[in-house]
Amino acid sequence: MKRILIIGATSAIAEHCSRIWAARGDALHLVARNEQHVQVIASDLKVRGAFEVTTYVTDLNNIDKHDELLDVADAALASVDIVLIAHGTLSKQKSCELSVETTIREIQTNALSTVSLLTLIANRFEAKRDGAICVISSVAGDRGRASNYVYGSAKAMVTAFTSGLRQRLYKSNVSVVTIKPGFVDTPMTREFKKGLLWTKPNVVAALIVKAIDNKSAEVYVPSYWSSIMQIIRAIPSKFFQWMTF
Amino acid sequence: MTNLTRIHGWGRYPQQDAYMHTPTSYASLELTAKQQDSVLARGMGRSYGDSANALNVLQTTYINHFIEFDKATGKLTAEAGITLREILDVIVPSGWFLPVTPGTSYVTLGGAVASDVHGKNHHIAGTFGQHVESLSMLLGTGEVVITSPQHHADLFHATCGGMGLTGIIISATIQLLPIRSSLISQKTIKADCVETACEAFESNSDATYSVAWIDCLSRGKSLGRSVIMLGEHAAQGGLDIDVRQKVSVPFSTPSALLNSVTMKVFNTAYWHRAKHNVSQTVSLIPYFYPLDAVGEWNRLYGKKGFLQFQCVVPKLDGIANMRRLLTEISNSGEGSFLAVLKQFGVANENLLSFPTEGYTLALDFKASETAIKTVKRLEDMVEDMGGRLYLTKDAVMQESTFKATYPNWEKFEVVREQYGAVGKFSSAQSIRLGLA
Repeated sequence: MKRILIIGATSAIAEHCSRIWAARGDALHLVARNEQHVQVIASDLKVRGAFEVTTYVTDLNNIDKHDELLDVADAALASVDIVLIAHGTLSKQKSCELSVETTIREIQTNALSTVSLLTLIANRFEAKRDGAICVISSVAGDRGRASNYVYGSAKAMVTAFTSGLRQRLYKSNVSVVTIKPGFVDTPMTREFKKGLLWTKPNVVAALIVKAIDNKSAEVYVPSYWSSIMQIIRAIPSKFFQWMTF
Repeated sequence: MTNLTRIHGWGRYPQQDAYMHTPTSYASLELTAKQQDSVLARGMGRSYGDSANALNVLQTTYINHFIEFDKATGKLTAEAGITLREILDVIVPSGWFLPVTPGTSYVTLGGAVASDVHGKNHHIAGTFGQHVESLSMLLGTGEVVITSPQHHADLFHATCGGMGLTGIIISATIQLLPIRSSLISQKTIKADCVETACEAFESNSDATYSVAWIDCLSRGKSLGRSVIMLGEHAAQGGLDIDVRQKVSVPFSTPSALLNSVTMKVFNTAYWHRAKHNVSQTVSLIPYFYPLDAVGEWNRLYGKKGFLQFQCVVPKLDGIANMRRLLTEISNSGEGSFLAVLKQFGVANENLLSFPTEGYTLALDFKASETAIKTVKRLEDMVEDMGGRLYLTKDAVMQESTFKATYPNWEKFEVVREQYGAVGKFSSAQSIRLGLA
């Protein structure tokens, strides 16, 4: 049985990972902002076979509360084996362009709050020389595009930060897994027209759980996104600026 | 906030553009329902025709949580958008099974209630709704109520089989069936014509599960030759549930692949392959859901899709009437390779529930002008025989046939009126059938 802390537990991807872990009989501690929503998920995970499910409600933008959040998780789970960081918002690019405040808030939610959590978790796991940290970044972080570069640059920070953290913690037997999902059919993306490249969250979740089990480093889900992003990254900036997507 | 999306039922006919609303919580579900003039809850879209087509669709994908499962008593409560497959994954290893299951596990709990689905054990267990203890529903008035056979019984009996037209089912509590094994002991009987098949149902009426594959293309003496499959839950063999990967039909195949020749070949081969009076043990999933192993098999009928026809004819003169229907189908030469015959037990008190005592026949027709004409001819015959068609399969029934063959439709409308459903919940089908 693993003891797993899930941050952003009401996100569709996190919920589907939790369902897989619940079916395995793991103990889960769910952190989310919406009390009612997280309670619905907690009851569900118990029925699906979780050894134990506890919850903690907080707004992750309250960085001052992160230490307390981790203390509570440690107490609830009696030490944490795996942390999944999955919270975030899909920034509205147009609104960001019109407001510095909105832009900074999106970067706060999608990058800085994660950096804060990672800093604290890294020190705790480094001290006990054990643990796995998994962070949901995005293919959007691989290259800034006109349509979503605020969200993309926040995710780029998460990707770069976890890359460095992975090197640092390697010696301490702590694995850091960076997940880069492509298009996932979740409530966050429900306003998008869905095509061939879209994946269901349960499929993405199965790949994430496998990546954590295998102590993978950086994983595109599904894997064909690796090839797509290789091409997109290879386009010279001079040409890239002419393109619109 | 939403764009128009092209939607259709499992038969891919007919299609329509719809505004899809996909709430993620009870609060957003209530808000979505309130904001629309008229709306219809939709789950997996596995009804065949236009039962789940509407301009404003409330998609229940994310209302799919378990609420409570008592492993000691087998009482399960879950949200309406959960699929039977997800339920099976949890309950089978604990020694429980669905009291009634349709031929696919890829339907939602809410859909199973709204269609009051039946299974291979109808003659013994009745319909799905007969195992529902209570429902939590959002009414057209915005009120959330609990309904059961004891509480708001009129609403309960209108909702089980009510095609989503009485309100939005939020969650359901059902009583599961205890099993000692996830294996099924299956016995196969071959019947060389429809009369022998119906007699076999009669003489095996104590079997828990019974269903027949029937050859709708054979004629004359072998008209309606069938392979009857009887089943019992095995007493031992573990409670594992299959987790085999399924294969999918990746795109619509050219519909010409399914023609009268290939279907005849398939049917003849199937009949000759089956062995008479053979018993074997099979896993529960392939036994109940053979087609679930082939994802999106509906694409086999090509882009235009197909029509499903399922009727029931009363037991009195049932065998003779079945022969008349089969003769008509066989002469049309259009019936497909997926035809099923079964004997139903007695009807229940749900107002629009389909099963009545007699024989039921289900088959597909590749969608075309002539297929629609054939189905309408069959519809008239069934009406004359005192039978009816299954709303969940229907795409073309006429209002007059519906009102003549579902005599409780007026009571149904009274209940809808009383609970604020009129004008609030409607589907393409309910409009076609002349419901308010």
